[in-house]
Amino acid sequence: MTVNLTVKSIVEQIRAGSLTPTAVAEAYLQRTKNIAQKLNSHLHLDEAAALAEAKGSAQRIKEIGADRLPLAGVPILIKDNICVRGSKTTCGSKILENYVATYDATVIRRLRDAGAFVLGKLNMDEFAMGSSNENSAFGPVRNPWNLDYVPGGSSGGSAAAVAARLAPVALGSDTGGSIRQPASFCGIVGLKPTYGTVSRFGLVAFGSSLDQIGPLTCNVEDAAMVMDVLTGLDAKDSTSVQHPHAGFAKALASHSDGLKGKTVGIPEEFFDSGLDPEVGVCLERAIADVQKAGAKIKRVRLPNISYSVAAYYVIATAEASANLARFDGIRYGYRTKEAGVSLKELYRKTRSEGFGQEVKQRIMLGTFVLSSGYYDAFYAKANKVRELISRDFAAAFDSGVDVLLTPTSPTPPFKLGEKLSDPLAMYLSDICTIGVNLAGLPGISVPCGRTNAGLPVGMQLIAPKFNEQTLLIGAHAYERATEWHKDQPAI
Amino acid sequence: MNAPQNGTKTSRPSEAPVNKSQESTVLDRYEPVIGLEVHCQLKTKTKLFCGCSTSFGAMPNHNTCPICLGHPGVLPVLNREVVNFAIRFALAVEANIHEISVFARKQYFYPDLPKGYQITQFDLPYCTGGKMILASGKAVRLMRAHIEEDAGKNVHGDESSYVDLNRAGVPLIEIVSEADIRNPEDAADYLKRLRSLVRSLDICDGNLEEGSFRCDANISIRPRGQEKFGTRCEIKNLNSFRNIERAIKYEILRQADLLDHGEKVLQQTMLFDAASGKTQAMRSKEESHDYRYFPEPDLLPLRIDAARIEEQRKALPELPEAMARRFQEQHALSAYDAAVLTSDKDLANFYEAVVKRVDGAVTEKIVANWVTSEYLREANNRSWDFINPPITSDHLGELIELIGKGVISGRIAKTLFEEMAEKGPGNGPKAMVQEQGLVQVSDTSEIRGVINNVLDANPGQLAEYLGGRDKLFGFFVGQTMKVSGGKMNPQLVNDVLKELLDARRKG
Repeated sequence: MTVNLTVKSIVEQIRAGSLTPTAVAEAYLQRTKNIAQKLNSHLHLDEAAALAEAKGSAQRIKEIGADRLPLAGVPILIKDNICVRGSKTTCGSKILENYVATYDATVIRRLRDAGAFVLGKLNMDEFAMGSSNENSAFGPVRNPWNLDYVPGGSSGGSAAAVAARLAPVALGSDTGGSIRQPASFCGIVGLKPTYGTVSRFGLVAFGSSLDQIGPLTCNVEDAAMVMDVLTGLDAKDSTSVQHPHAGFAKALASHSDGLKGKTVGIPEEFFDSGLDPEVGVCLERAIADVQKAGAKIKRVRLPNISYSVAAYYVIATAEASANLARFDGIRYGYRTKEAGVSLKELYRKTRSEGFGQEVKQRIMLGTFVLSSGYYDAFYAKANKVRELISRDFAAAFDSGVDVLLTPTSPTPPFKLGEKLSDPLAMYLSDICTIGVNLAGLPGISVPCGRTNAGLPVGMQLIAPKFNEQTLLIGAHAYERATEWHKDQPAI
Repeated sequence: MNAPQNGTKTSRPSEAPVNKSQESTVLDRYEPVIGLEVHCQLKTKTKLFCGCSTSFGAMPNHNTCPICLGHPGVLPVLNREVVNFAIRFALAVEANIHEISVFARKQYFYPDLPKGYQITQFDLPYCTGGKMILASGKAVRLMRAHIEEDAGKNVHGDESSYVDLNRAGVPLIEIVSEADIRNPEDAADYLKRLRSLVRSLDICDGNLEEGSFRCDANISIRPRGQEKFGTRCEIKNLNSFRNIERAIKYEILRQADLLDHGEKVLQQTMLFDAASGKTQAMRSKEESHDYRYFPEPDLLPLRIDAARIEEQRKALPELPEAMARRFQEQHALSAYDAAVLTSDKDLANFYEAVVKRVDGAVTEKIVANWVTSEYLREANNRSWDFINPPITSDHLGELIELIGKGVISGRIAKTLFEEMAEKGPGNGPKAMVQEQGLVQVSDTSEIRGVINNVLDANPGQLAEYLGGRDKLFGFFVGQTMKVSGGKMNPQLVNDVLKELLDARRKG
């Protein structure tokens, strides 16, 4: 069996009886053996566990019937900040190096209920903090298109693995662009749902008011199929909601002319001098293609978007400073080896030794912005800015725009080490994606070109809250009109 | 608020424990200003944010799950019943319930705090205002009450320290008073009434020893006549009403001593040591934590609508004050008796059960006397609870009924009661009276015979009496009762003795 399979084709072959979950698992494991090491994409690849999972999927198919399982026999890779009971969940951090999850995240339960099975766990920037996957305690992930380049982050393992066809789908998490930016760097599709669409129960929190789990896939249709399973109200997550317009795969099937008559907004702020020229060329061509597919183009403004990175690094770090306080060496995870220290020293040493540089930097920043006397100047103000940014997006959509089109990242993939010494340049990698998280909107990245060096470029579509349908239909129409998603790295 | 405890250091050299005259001169010169913070554990079946049991006394770390252990990736889900309990409290003290309130994270590191932050309410609590009326008639205004989660417990043993997280995530309401209290007695009265209230509401079992009702006191003093408040200290670790009063008294004297010596009171957190009766500085204001509160992003703002408030209003039981008024009217009791009996809902229920059992054989006032004196004394000494006491309302009612019907004397009844308290009620008072032959003698001819024997056996005293020493009447009553083993009807003994002595005087 070849592993150039999509979610859809696996489900179809399983239903036809021409493929079994075990055969699927074996084929992907075989391919992974050769490639994962080159990419450093996987943190935990337990073949026996994966085969047992496949068996579980087969059992479910036997009991319930493949026709009634939307993801029958589909193997899925999981970013290592999502809990899978009995398997390590490290978040790419030394502090959780040996932590074994004691329960399943809601998304894992939903996926298994739908017939899918967990194939392995993926590398990531430590606690999802990073845009290049160089912040993992377990080494950087490499871009399958060129191993000297970063795959983006923080879901770099997810993007690299799917691009290299080590699974048809991976879960990532997106706090400021961590699904979309690596999807764009690796030439695949990545969707960040509306905040509240997918349960966060079992996702190790970074910025709780921003985090969403979403799929990384090879095409839009697969993303829709997986989203159908991930979406749903969860009693265990108080911020989850009943999605008013679910049924994404069905919506795709019934809208073949997705962009015809739609108005696509182009926010000028994302097309200014900061944009890499090669990315600019790809985006201009994408806009032309969208127009050809029947959409109207409208230039719009998002006047406050330039403050999004600043507001984001206040809000996300503030929340992270609290969310990461539980990693203290008391109940689980890494504890300093130094004996006989005071309680205060135990905390200090454990956390100094257990966390990496970037994480410590962000914890300090978040601690500072919440400190007495600084709260109003930073945290409270950042939340006001967040509200203004949300209103900017709302105003753009109110002006008759159905979806916004932007670059996913202002630059194409960069070389390993290139931006490590310049955190601000690294933070600006997420300038096109961060506003979407602040406003709680859905966003998708789809491949829209390649640089002269052959590295992928992605474009982002953004829709109003709970308009994942619009997003997927638009992205699907673009995909049908172009060939970029068919390109594969020659790894 | 469950703050960690830093190292201790003493503030001022310790003084001799409180003496009365010292206290009164200090209070002549200084006015104490006291505010109280009370943590009530709500007795919901499950914790505030997870499904774990809240039961006390389980094996360490038995009542835990990934959520209350603060494992990676878990999220809190608010227990609706907690909010209902909290609403009931707010209604009982006539506080303003806010339609929208917000949970916040209070951050500090301590091993008993699994997440590194406590989920509480900060600038937008679910209710503000309200009041408690004290015995003195004085009103103590409430500043606010808010919902929060409890921390676990650190247990220090041999060479290691252990953490028990059974209590982590148990729901609390923290009730903060205004600084309206002006003396230690009112502080204790406020706390007793608050405890009685939350017990009546059936939202907290009010157990100070087990820590389900905990108090911190903020105390400052100012020269009488001065309007501006002095610098306050907060005392923690007050686990009995007696210690609360002791600690406040000690703290007032400590602060007065500082001011008298021209020194300043430092804003500090103090720990009360029950053994020495002293307060000791735990940490200063400079050392105090910056809790870095911010709104809890994992929970939506709490919305309490009018319909829900009305639903809870309907579920309110009779509150202590209303019950005391009813007791005065319905049972013809003094304000004092009514207050004592209604200070605890289980005691009040016990009293009413005895009244029902006695069914008019004696007045309700007599039942009240029995319950508030004999019964309460034994109950306190022997730590009975009023729900399942060894001497039930039926036993006590039966005993009182025996007095009312003249079957036994009050004196015999008291002896019997003590016996029952000591050895258990056996087959009940009636049976005991039969078995021990304690039935009261009301046969006047038998009484007459015994008295004549007594008079004849004490010729000296008789002569003195007949010579005019009327006081000896009591001596003969005593002798008669003694001879009869206390079984004779005392009223009849009185009557017959008078009659016989008068006859001998004349004769």
